[in-house]
Amino acid sequence: MITREEVYHIANLAKIEVSEDEVESFRKDFESILQYFNILDEVEEDVEPTFQVLPLKNIFREDIPKDSLPREEILKNAKHTEDGYFKGPRIVE
Amino acid sequence: MEMLTIKSWKERLESEKAYDLISELFEKIEKSKLNAYITLNKEDALKKAEDFDRGKLRGRLAGIPIGVKDCITTKNLRTTCASKILYNYIPPFDAHVVERIKEEGAIIVGKTNMDEFAMGTTTETSYFGVVRNPYDLNRVAGGSSGGSGAVVGREAVLALGSDTGGSIRCPASFCGVFGLKPTYGFVSRYGLIPYANSLEQIGPMASCVEDLIALFEVIAGKDNRDSTNAGKEFKFERKDRKLRIGIVKEMTADDKVMDKFYEVVEQVKSKHHVGEVEMPSFKYALAAYYIIAMSEASSNLARYDGVRYGYALDKLDSWNRYFSKVRAEGFGKEVKRRIMLGSYALSAGYYGKYYLKALKVRTLVKNDFARAFNDFDLLISPTMPALPFKIGELADPLTMYKMDVNTVPINLAGLPALSIPIGFVKGLPVGMQVIGNYFDENTILNFALEVEQLLN
Repeated sequence: MITREEVYHIANLAKIEVSEDEVESFRKDFESILQYFNILDEVEEDVEPTFQVLPLKNIFREDIPKDSLPREEILKNAKHTEDGYFKGPRIVE
Repeated sequence: MEMLTIKSWKERLESEKAYDLISELFEKIEKSKLNAYITLNKEDALKKAEDFDRGKLRGRLAGIPIGVKDCITTKNLRTTCASKILYNYIPPFDAHVVERIKEEGAIIVGKTNMDEFAMGTTTETSYFGVVRNPYDLNRVAGGSSGGSGAVVGREAVLALGSDTGGSIRCPASFCGVFGLKPTYGFVSRYGLIPYANSLEQIGPMASCVEDLIALFEVIAGKDNRDSTNAGKEFKFERKDRKLRIGIVKEMTADDKVMDKFYEVVEQVKSKHHVGEVEMPSFKYALAAYYIIAMSEASSNLARYDGVRYGYALDKLDSWNRYFSKVRAEGFGKEVKRRIMLGSYALSAGYYGKYYLKALKVRTLVKNDFARAFNDFDLLISPTMPALPFKIGELADPLTMYKMDVNTVPINLAGLPALSIPIGFVKGLPVGMQVIGNYFDENTILNFALEVEQLLN
């Protein structure tokens, strides 16, 4: 039902590198879990989906400016920074 | 062993220094075999104890030691979610619930161990090792809030947990303590590192109902920073009335657990009306739950890219290779499984078959509960389908998922539910799950007080 190629495809969607020796174990897990999920095919009753459970509508508040966290506090957890900015990987190959 | 309570702790504080009591507690923790804490907050906790001794620490929880689950953000105190990908993360802010307990003078002992990103039922997926059951070190303490379950009454008086599909109730049941999953929206999720936002709530864990109420009153309430916060406060009111209690037929357990459950049900019958209720949609609840949880996880955990915080590589490569490698090295296997299956369930061609279908089942589950609450004030079941597992016993992921069968329908519907310790089988604790209607924690807690008294 699930092929090795599909596992690589899903891993690429999720941006998780999967090694040659992991792929078969993921494939087997996905197959048995997805097979279990197919139990939902039995459900015929068509109802509205529930995205969230509370009958909350938009909640408004006053738009009062507040201080944000200081830049050095935000940057202290990053390994790569430059001139007070985060430094990320290259976007263009 | 006598469990620590707010009352017993306060009694000792009358004649002893908080500094000595907290020091003694850390000595105990440092010798402990439970592996219940990931990071200890010793220096700060001892400083707070000194403040208490000088009369400078006040509030409803003044001087009371508490464990905080490691997916709840604590300012300047390492918060890892039990994951390698956050092994070095020092948050620059406090979660709403942490602000609340600090304002009330509680002393944070440390960050409790858990399944990685709260994905698990045994804490075996923690990057920092499994939490051991206080009643049998070869067994699990439950999950995902296993550390919080294990420390309550032992290595802290109170603990905070989080519950996405049973993660407070399971360890409460396995460790013989009380654990409440509140109504969705009652407690602010601001600062709770998200796994599946539409399902999870932070909740209190304690060794007696009185303490559970005290902690819940502190953490429940309005917070603008969580857009799904209901803006309600909680104040407990003692009410003594005959209740209509429904046993959920679909929520069962093995014979040993069921015998214990019915033994307590018999005692409850002396005061309350007890009936049975059928919930046909529950057959599909577990699958629906996992599809929704995994889908939300795949989106939530996209933020871990090794750029702004957490595990990072020395060299910045091209973005595709860098992100994929950071995530491959930083996440554990169960987290990868759930992110990937979630990505699959949301991908083109499968959205309708899995995700949308699961949301429709969620509506059916909600409707079944609504019908049941027409006839009953509370619903009950065993919390877990079995006694605490041996470490390593549940090797296959699907077998592990199925252990959540009694707890996940509550999260799908957003209802409140409590696990009450109801005794022991072969020296291992058994829990009863009590489910209430929306924002009716008061009825659940009144009933819990009665059961607690009945069994003492």
